[in-house]
Amino acid sequence: MIQLFNVSKTYEGEVKVEALRDINLHIKRGEFVFLVGPSGAGKSTLTRLMIREELPSKGQILVDNRSLLRMKEREVPYFRRKIGFIFQDFRLLMERTVYENVAFAMEAIEAPSSVVRERVPAVLELVGLKDKLTAYPHQLSGGQQQRVCIARAIVNNPLLIIADEPTGNLDPDTSWEIMNLLLAINKRGTTIVTATHDKEMVDRIKRRVIALQNGRIVRDEERGGYQA
Amino acid sequence: MRLSSLQYAVRDAFRSLKRNKVMSMASMATVAISLLILGCAWLLVLNTQYLATTMESELEINAYLQLDVPRDKALAMKKQLESLTGVAQVTFVPKEEGLKLLEERFGKDTDLLKALGGNNPLPDMYRLKTKEAPQVPLVAEEVAKIQEIEKVRYGQGMVEKLLALTNWLRSVGVVVIIAVGLAAVFLIATTIRLTVFARRREIGIMKLVGATNWYIRWPFFLEGMFIGLTGALIAVGTLHFFYSELVKNIALTINFLPIMTDKAMLYEVYQYLFIIGTALGAMGSAISLHRFLKV
Ligand SMILES: Nc1ncnc2c1ncn2[C@@H]1O[C@H](COP(=O)(O)OP(=O)(O)OP(=O)(O)O)[C@@H](O)[C@H]1O
Ligand SMILES: [Mg+2]
Repeated sequence: MIQLFNVSKTYEGEVKVEALRDINLHIKRGEFVFLVGPSGAGKSTLTRLMIREELPSKGQILVDNRSLLRMKEREVPYFRRKIGFIFQDFRLLMERTVYENVAFAMEAIEAPSSVVRERVPAVLELVGLKDKLTAYPHQLSGGQQQRVCIARAIVNNPLLIIADEPTGNLDPDTSWEIMNLLLAINKRGTTIVTATHDKEMVDRIKRRVIALQNGRIVRDEERGGYQA
Repeated sequence: MRLSSLQYAVRDAFRSLKRNKVMSMASMATVAISLLILGCAWLLVLNTQYLATTMESELEINAYLQLDVPRDKALAMKKQLESLTGVAQVTFVPKEEGLKLLEERFGKDTDLLKALGGNNPLPDMYRLKTKEAPQVPLVAEEVAKIQEIEKVRYGQGMVEKLLALTNWLRSVGVVVIIAVGLAAVFLIATTIRLTVFARRREIGIMKLVGATNWYIRWPFFLEGMFIGLTGALIAVGTLHFFYSELVKNIALTINFLPIMTDKAMLYEVYQYLFIIGTALGAMGSAISLHRFLKV
């Protein structure tokens, strides 16, 4: 599903930052992967490269067997439709209702309105928000907002979900609910990559763990824990 | 583009129009003002042209004969004048009749002949009409070459002055319109830039979920075009109202002043104003999208 070959990412600026150095990585279809590591290790950078928000300074990245470097600008939107994103800060549209926030993702890929009207309530029911369709994000708890974000990420049936600290702002119980939702989505065949600081969660779930430090992979363990 | 996508774009365009109410209305007003100026100038030009043609069609050439040309020779000249190219009608006005016309102009009870000591100082005259107005100067020139003709007079200057006025109006109009049009485009561009700014989060998320650039651009284009179209609507409405009033009032008071009332021509002007308004809107959007929406 995702393959990285000798990937490096250097941010040129007043001070040069080597955010990622010589990363080799292979994530198979249907896997559930945690990206862990201390702050500044390069987790977010890695997720940004995977969705082609940025290009690597060196190396080659394949997602769904397509080279992100050779991809043309106008092909990027169609590539992104295969991926769902979840962020720590949710990135919801505050002046739109829950329903509209999710419908928006379908409209953006030009889904017919009849399909949107059918699918959005179904997906919101799946994430447990079927009685919040007309609420606005500020009327929801953090956990509920993250559920909206998840609904938006899965509404277009992506092959892959990339999450950057999806439970970063949530209390332990709510984090656990959100993680269970992601595990359920993973069970249905969607590949999931999650960057996280949540030690307890990683230790409890026992899935593949990729640990980064100073931009390098220092550990890659099947059924691993937060620390070695 | 799918029909439902167009529907989304229209909805989003109206949503941001509402959000940026003040700016949107300001841009609509600028478009309306610039189109109003354009429309006024246009109608003014059409009317001076109309005036020029009506005046021209009433134009005739007066050819005065030498005083010593005998009457029979004078009458014989009619054939020669009629044979000139472009001449439609030739009328002989003997000096007796000329005097009578002059007396009429001064007042019923004047006896000019008596006042002049029994001598009629007027020459015989031929009055000519041409087939077409622009031929007047040419025919007049030909007539002037004839030996027996003392001098030729026609509405010299008047037509030229009117046509010059039309041309002048046209060039001043073009300059004013370009200036005001630029202002309108600039204001629309600013409005759209504000909308882009207000929606930048939305645009960012749209890009992440895989919206194409054109999908993102469409609502902004529609917004600009709608602003232009509404501006045009206001301008045409105002122009139509005032022009109709003007026509009505002129017909009542100074009815000898010719004014253009050709419906087809008016509607053509209105139609162009609509097209120009929409184009201004689209242009404003395009400038803004090009500069501020690197998608
Ligand atoms: N746009 C950027 N420009 C310059 N440097 C950057 C940029 N983005 C990230 N960096 C640097 O790259 C390094 C890795 O950052 P990254 O955000 O990937 O870390 P992270 O593992 O996600 O950290 P955290 O756990 O705090 O989110 C950091 O040193 C950071 O300062
Ligand atoms: Mg991060």
